[in-house]
Amino acid sequence: MSAVNDVLIITRRQLLLLSRVPEVLIFSTIQPVMFVLLFRYVFGGSIETGQPGGYVQLLMPGIFVQTVAFTLAGTASGLAEDMKKGLIDRFRSLPISQSALVIGRTLGDSLLNIVVLAVMGIAGYIVGWRPSSGIGSVALGFIFLLFFGYALSWVGVLVGLSASDARVVQNVSFIVTFPLTFLSNAFAPTTGMPRALQYFAEWNPVSTMVAACRELFGLENQFGATAGSFPSENPLLTSLIYMVIIMVIFIPLSVRKYRNYAD
Amino acid sequence: MKSVIADNLVKIYDKGKVRALDGLSLDVEEGTVLSVLGPNGAGKTTVVRILTTLLRADSGSASVAGIDVMKNPEKVREVIGLSGQYAAVDEILTGYDNLVMFGELYHLGKKNAVVRANELLERFQLTEAAKRPIKTYSGGMRRRLDLAASLIVKPKVLFLDEPTTGLDPRGRQEMWGVIQELVKGGVTLLLTTQYLEEADQLADDIVVIDTGKVIARGTSDALKKQVGGERLEVVVEQAHIAKTLEIVGAVSGNKASLDEGIRLVSAPVSTGSAALFEVLKSLDAAGIHALDVGLKRPSLDDVFLALTGHVAEEKKSEVEEKKKGRK
Ligand SMILES: Nc1ncnc2c1ncn2[C@@H]1O[C@H](COP(=O)(O)OP(=O)(O)OP(=O)(O)O)[C@@H](O)[C@H]1O
Ligand SMILES: [Mg+2]
Repeated sequence: MSAVNDVLIITRRQLLLLSRVPEVLIFSTIQPVMFVLLFRYVFGGSIETGQPGGYVQLLMPGIFVQTVAFTLAGTASGLAEDMKKGLIDRFRSLPISQSALVIGRTLGDSLLNIVVLAVMGIAGYIVGWRPSSGIGSVALGFIFLLFFGYALSWVGVLVGLSASDARVVQNVSFIVTFPLTFLSNAFAPTTGMPRALQYFAEWNPVSTMVAACRELFGLENQFGATAGSFPSENPLLTSLIYMVIIMVIFIPLSVRKYRNYAD
Repeated sequence: MKSVIADNLVKIYDKGKVRALDGLSLDVEEGTVLSVLGPNGAGKTTVVRILTTLLRADSGSASVAGIDVMKNPEKVREVIGLSGQYAAVDEILTGYDNLVMFGELYHLGKKNAVVRANELLERFQLTEAAKRPIKTYSGGMRRRLDLAASLIVKPKVLFLDEPTTGLDPRGRQEMWGVIQELVKGGVTLLLTTQYLEEADQLADDIVVIDTGKVIARGTSDALKKQVGGERLEVVVEQAHIAKTLEIVGAVSGNKASLDEGIRLVSAPVSTGSAALFEVLKSLDAAGIHALDVGLKRPSLDDVFLALTGHVAEEKKSEVEEKKKGRK
């Protein structure tokens, strides 16, 4: 039980950090809200969707997924920052559970996601986003999003612990995240892409997540997924499998990396 | 009883390119202070990190408070305090927040963690700065807070890695005061430093290390004797060198040596200022005007010179700079 307690203390530290540097929270919310507005009003007019309720219905799930995908970068740079300060040495020399620090950080970053998603949801509502499914499905959609962010947070742990420099971490995280979010069905149909990219986009976990959220938010239009393929037929299941795979691979790797850090 | 034992530790970095520790052994008697003295890159941090479970040795064994460091790292963490070379506290949080958080992580419970945090802030004269983020602290305050964090639960063995490096003379004095207090309280302490003077002030025993090996061990007095105590140094014009060598040699009772480049004549002396006076008198009688005269207490460089025959690697350039300055 003391391990749980350790994790909670670290998670609380994370929240304390947010309250001390509110800019982090402000900018983590401003950026996605800006995306909502830009895509809604700049591209929204020129993208023909045939979707009742307009482009914004398709857009919001895409931006939600993109935003939680960036948890990877957040976790990675936060950890890299801690390492730079030598703080990790102090934590590792304490008589606490050796994975408490990384678990606490991933949980803290997920709590931040709750706030960010809530603000985005409100912003979306203001510009016309109206999920047509029931409250239960919408809630499930958000749980899916949080879970996805949490899984990616563990990839971030490994990136953060592996990189030699906090600036490298930012770059590596973006290099991982950007192609994943844009080579997907998040903002535009994949049907316009070259064949090879279409396949990638279809199996891309970001696409399956976006499709899963669209389904949970009551949309029919899967936005370009080739009809009949496994991920487009079963976006929920595929996403779930992806998340489990990511965690099964990255949690042990990250924890081991942390234990042997600097060896 | 030995509180710390390191036996034949080897640590290799970069796939064999760097032998950071090359069969290093040391021990610390319970209730005493051992200073590990060495220049940059000697392996001080590496040995501290191994003893505090942060790093695994490639071979060799170590124990702290009777617990095997490699086999039972979790148990070791319960009995040690560590203040690393770079203050390891959360910059964004306040001093108070840091100490409370670490107190809770030591499972003191919120209430006791708060009490302990306040005690430590008081003891290290940080009460006024308690509610400020660490990033507004001076180097000395940061180090004190870091030290406080390593004392939340009274450790059986305390490790301090270069606790005064980067502090100004006043900060250093303050830190020495704090450490001496702790020593009086009976803590077992392993401390690393680059300064002989610091080891002298704080430690019962000193091990001198270089390139991952122990090159000497003993009390500060014993080491100084080995180095040869104080040296008398005179700088004169080229024309007077021969005569000066003679005079300094006579006063010292040992053969005087010459650094030609900077025309520095020097010899070990045991009578301090009396020897200085005598040399000045003799030089004056011989009509020699000395450009610079002084007594030099042995420094880490001298220890190295005496023990290894070479100046500590990374310090070499600095020493040469100094010599140039004197020319
Ligand atoms: N992570 C690492 N990778 C490669 N080499 C390393 C690493 N850490 C230390 N070294 C090397 O090991 C040697 C010993 O380093 P260590 O940090 O123990 O020295 P130190 O005595 O603490 O020096 P300083 O006084 O500068 O702190 C040095 O040559 C250093 O370059
Ligand atoms: Mg060091």
